[in-house]
Amino acid sequence: MNVVDNLKDVQSLPTRDGLGRGLVKLGKENDKVLALCCDLAGSTRLDWFQKEYPDRFIEIGVQEQNMMSMASGLASEGFIPFVSSYAVFSPGRNWDQLRVSVCYSNANVKVIASHAGVTVGPDGATHQALEDIAIARVLPRMTVIVPADAIEAEKATIAMARMKGPAMIRLTREKVPVITTPDTPFEIGKAYTCREGKDVAIIANGPELYHALMAAEELGKEGISCKVVNVHTVKPIDRDAIIAAAKECGAVVTAEEHQKMAGFGSAVAEVLVEEYPVPMKFVGVDDTFSESGKPAELLEKYGLSSPHIVAAVKDVLKRKS
Amino acid sequence: MNKVNNISGVVDLKLMANTLRQDILKALHEAGSGHAAGALGMADIFTALYFNIANIDPGDVSWSGRDRIVLSNGHICPVLYAAMAHAGYFPVKELMTLRKFGGRLHGHPHNEALPGLENSSGPLGQGISIAAGMALAAKMKSQEHTVYCLMGDGEINEGQPWEAFMFSAAKKLDNLIVIIDRNYIQIDGNTEEVMPLDPLDKKFEAFNFHVIEIDGNDMAAVLSALADAKKVTGKPVCIIANTVPGKGVSFMERKHEWHGKVPDAGQLEKALEELDEERAGLEGSA
Repeated sequence: MNVVDNLKDVQSLPTRDGLGRGLVKLGKENDKVLALCCDLAGSTRLDWFQKEYPDRFIEIGVQEQNMMSMASGLASEGFIPFVSSYAVFSPGRNWDQLRVSVCYSNANVKVIASHAGVTVGPDGATHQALEDIAIARVLPRMTVIVPADAIEAEKATIAMARMKGPAMIRLTREKVPVITTPDTPFEIGKAYTCREGKDVAIIANGPELYHALMAAEELGKEGISCKVVNVHTVKPIDRDAIIAAAKECGAVVTAEEHQKMAGFGSAVAEVLVEEYPVPMKFVGVDDTFSESGKPAELLEKYGLSSPHIVAAVKDVLKRKS
Repeated sequence: MNKVNNISGVVDLKLMANTLRQDILKALHEAGSGHAAGALGMADIFTALYFNIANIDPGDVSWSGRDRIVLSNGHICPVLYAAMAHAGYFPVKELMTLRKFGGRLHGHPHNEALPGLENSSGPLGQGISIAAGMALAAKMKSQEHTVYCLMGDGEINEGQPWEAFMFSAAKKLDNLIVIIDRNYIQIDGNTEEVMPLDPLDKKFEAFNFHVIEIDGNDMAAVLSALADAKKVTGKPVCIIANTVPGKGVSFMERKHEWHGKVPDAGQLEKALEELDEERAGLEGSA
């Protein structure tokens, strides 16, 4: 439901492609939309926007701090600037600028945090953002979106421009299976169910949603029924959907391509601890840096692939009364 | 021309600067904490901007044609608040709510707290990027107004301003006028001992700025530098304003210890006496 039935036979695209497509559509829809680039036009897919709207593409060179504050100045003059870089640099390197020039000032700036997660692969740990969800979601007024695939990324990009206020979209370099469809609903802050189940709820987002669905399929063969929920918006988080899933299944596993600490799973736990505590397990990176390698090798070693989700589900089931 | 608050005579402007200094000291004393030296040193430049040079309308803060005045080193905001109050943005008596709970005059400026503030500032180096963004926006929209950015010299120890300077020159933002408060002090001492900046003019020239260096406490020089700056085309302008930190109060002048300090009751009384004396002299000369 809400996603394709057959997970095996799908096309794969980087979520940054969805961003690129969404920005081009926005360029046509709204002449206030600007694309700000830190010397990474090809990597971030901003070159697609640049080609169509060269006058609204602003090359800044390698200046992430200047870019973030400058976007605030552009926003105060009525523009809708999308600032872009790798997530390790933005919001990594320019977090103070995001905090004060953008969030504290309530500037209508959109942050494209590309190349997040271990799936950046061979570039190594310096370039694999595993902390960006934590540092972005802690800021008042921030909206944080982690789309599951390229189609969802395109919808999220367009939705970000239509909302007012600071927002971040977290994207992947690596291709991820396209499992949503143009008809899949997307609304900022509104989670949706991808698979019904009653034993454990797997709450995931980003590329981990695919791994969660694969795990659920595997567990189904063993007679364990998993509900899978896509909480693409980390903030504002869909409290009702999370509480409903916990009530329905009585146990929750979260999955994210990010540090477990202070990330998406923690955001889910913050809701459940207050509203409806159930046994919980986090799938994520366990307080360590990653390394160079192929995406699949890193997902396996750092505990993010579907077998790790299978193990987490079995583990949490033991604690379910 | 200033739409509302035009004071044209140099002596009258000096009198307004004197008024700002008195109010800065009273507000800081009442607040019990804050930054005195930089605020006092910049009173002449803020007076020139808010009462003569800048095209502003305190009654219409969102007027799209207004000049933007961006304070980048937010800690000297008592001078900004004093200038804004006397220009008519808010009642002068509200200056005594500086840094107080529930007030609008936060310890470092918050754009949403007070109508007429263009930006939030505090963490050094961000305002200049915001100003560059505003100047670029004006170019993109073919608007004619000027963006003034006021910065501290210690502030440009940071890396971000140099990113913004590089960017502003690359985009030929000749509608951007940066004013550096060159007072040679920062918290830990003399700027040239803490982190040397000289030769500062050459640094800005190398960054493709048009550079004007003046005595930032000489009202006539300030007015003429700002007028000249507006005539420059093809380049952003940097006015290096050599100021005396703590200007107008003998025991505060050139003392880095007064960067982040406020006067006690006795010091306030003495400071106001000195400023009253200066005032009497100015009134005598008028």
